[in-house]
Amino acid sequence: MMQRIKPFDHLILIIGALFLIAPVVMAFMSSTHSAIDIHSNGLYFTPGSDAVGTYGKVLTHRGGFTGDVTGMRMLMNSMIMGLGFAVGKIVLSMMAAYALVYFRFRFATLLFWMIFTTLLLPLEVRIMPSYQVMSTLGLLNSYTGLIVPLLASATGTFFFRQFFRSIPDEMLEAARIDGAGPYKFFIDILVPLSRTMMAAIFIIMFIYGWNQYLWPLLMTTDESFYTLMRGIKSILQVWIGSQIPDYNEAFALAVLAMIPPVAVVVIFQRMFIKGLTESDK
Amino acid sequence: MAHLSLRNVGKTYAGGNQPAVCGINIEIADGEFIVLVGPSGCGKSTLLRMVAGLETTTDGEIRIGERVVNTLDPAERDIAMVFQNYALYPHMTVRDNMAYGLKNRGASKATITERVNEASRMLELGPYLDRKPRALSGGQRQRVAMGRAIVRQPAAFLFDEPLSNLDAKLRVSMRMEIRKLQKRLGTTSLYVTHDQLEAMTLADRLVVLNQGKIEQIGAPLEIYRKPASTFVASFIGAPAMSLLDAFIENGAITLEGHVLAQIGNMAGPVTLGLRAEDLRIAKEGLPMMVEHVEELGAQRIVHGTIGAQTLAVIDTGEAAVQGAVRVAIDPDRLHLFDTTTGQRIESKRQTARELAL
Ligand SMILES: Nc1ncnc2c1ncn2[C@@H]1O[C@H](COP(=O)(O)OP(=O)(O)OP(=O)(O)O)[C@@H](O)[C@H]1O
Ligand SMILES: [Mg+2]
Repeated sequence: MMQRIKPFDHLILIIGALFLIAPVVMAFMSSTHSAIDIHSNGLYFTPGSDAVGTYGKVLTHRGGFTGDVTGMRMLMNSMIMGLGFAVGKIVLSMMAAYALVYFRFRFATLLFWMIFTTLLLPLEVRIMPSYQVMSTLGLLNSYTGLIVPLLASATGTFFFRQFFRSIPDEMLEAARIDGAGPYKFFIDILVPLSRTMMAAIFIIMFIYGWNQYLWPLLMTTDESFYTLMRGIKSILQVWIGSQIPDYNEAFALAVLAMIPPVAVVVIFQRMFIKGLTESDK
Repeated sequence: MAHLSLRNVGKTYAGGNQPAVCGINIEIADGEFIVLVGPSGCGKSTLLRMVAGLETTTDGEIRIGERVVNTLDPAERDIAMVFQNYALYPHMTVRDNMAYGLKNRGASKATITERVNEASRMLELGPYLDRKPRALSGGQRQRVAMGRAIVRQPAAFLFDEPLSNLDAKLRVSMRMEIRKLQKRLGTTSLYVTHDQLEAMTLADRLVVLNQGKIEQIGAPLEIYRKPASTFVASFIGAPAMSLLDAFIENGAITLEGHVLAQIGNMAGPVTLGLRAEDLRIAKEGLPMMVEHVEELGAQRIVHGTIGAQTLAVIDTGEAAVQGAVRVAIDPDRLHLFDTTTGQRIESKRQTARELAL
């Protein structure tokens, strides 16, 4: 059925869309001007002429104290963080949820609630002890140290647990009669059935990892582990004497930092929606 | 293909204070179709799932073929099960659903293809082999579930109310299909249902369960004609057998003061069972007040009272029935039950003439 188009509703939607999109456009447009122009004239909504130069410089210029972190390097580090978090958390929380739902062992419920209560303790609360442990293990300045300590995910475990519990028991029973052991049942049945869940959690966790700031700041002193978030921050920190911060570069990095999460959302959302409409019984 | 035997089998759920099923003894011959029937909660599913190995057996011994399977995994028992909600794997095609069990057992590609094709031919699933279960109707899903059982060529089929999610018409045709298929394959089958009509039409032998115990085992007609207890009598047959309080005195059985037949049983109170189809509305007989009439088309069921007791009579006449009518009884078709235990008492009839009052 065709719905009558109401101009007023559209107006509200258009205003909303503009409101959300304006800062992004502004950041992009400003990044195509020179730092001096931005400093003297403020932000731009029109394209400038420096785009190629700025983006090229941001990606390849060797910066930092040691002079060997490029934008590409930071992009790669952020990518490793994002992917490491998303994949690691999915794998770990699925296995935890599998154990909690399908295996009968003592204190399973207690364990679950213990995992669940860690949701109440954000990273900041336990950041010092975590740092200490990593430092003792000699894992400072390593990807392992950056990623592994934050992998245990109460959110992921909780969502997968609820999902597994919604799968009818007969599915497990049919699989048992069909000769599927615990390992096969997990790989052949549960993993494919969880695709939708996995896509949703991947989106959340990728962005969570991508946006990490405090933890990498603490864990790494070696500049080759710089992430984009730290890069943006450090560009703006050079306000010494009469030097103007490279606003254009900061904007360019911010725009670049936006692309991968947007791409992840777009790609996985499609999977997510497909999974939602497909899943049945 | 194998015989199945349950010897003194029982199960008490952890935390349950009384057994869900107990003292079950059934010997099932090779190729026999056994239907477990009983009201909700009587332990049918529990018993079936014990045979499947999905529930532990706390008492007794279950044998499939010559093997005692009490402690074996479901996969090692050589059985296949069809569930009420089908339990198909939603992410696999029909073909993969059927092949999965064989794959796990390491069957060769050629064997799998051959068996799946054969099963899909038997069940007319050919056009749907590459579809996912969600793109099938309920009846087709049920057939896929059957196919999944067939391809394995197991020693026994176990069915847990496989037809209850289908509409009435489809249920009737699937019922016949299952029966034909089972005959053709000759696989020993154990089938659970709470629908007594389904039970009667499918079974070689019926097992009537009540509160975890066997009330009666026998061929459908034998159970219908000679129910072993009031429970079986009221459970098997539709409309349910009317059970009335009667007396035996002076060598005759009397109901609400009317003598029905000469009988040699011990004097005293007795429960009298009368099937609606053994009664008919006639010129002479017991006086009954008609309460309401159920029209079924080919016949109608007349519900009424004799004294304070209710009775159902099947009538095939054309004329309207209402008010006071008379009901004729065939004295050879009386069922007698003990008033306290509910067990059947064989009637000792002396005369065989139809009694008019
Ligand atoms: N997991 C369980 N734990 C404890 N008691 C149970 C469990 N499963 C079933 N029971 C009990 O065992 C009895 C038999 O249950 P069962 O499921 O075998 O009944 P059923 O005959 O299949 O009934 P229905 O026709 O409703 O399926 C019931 O009283 C039920 O409450
Ligand atoms: Mg049941």
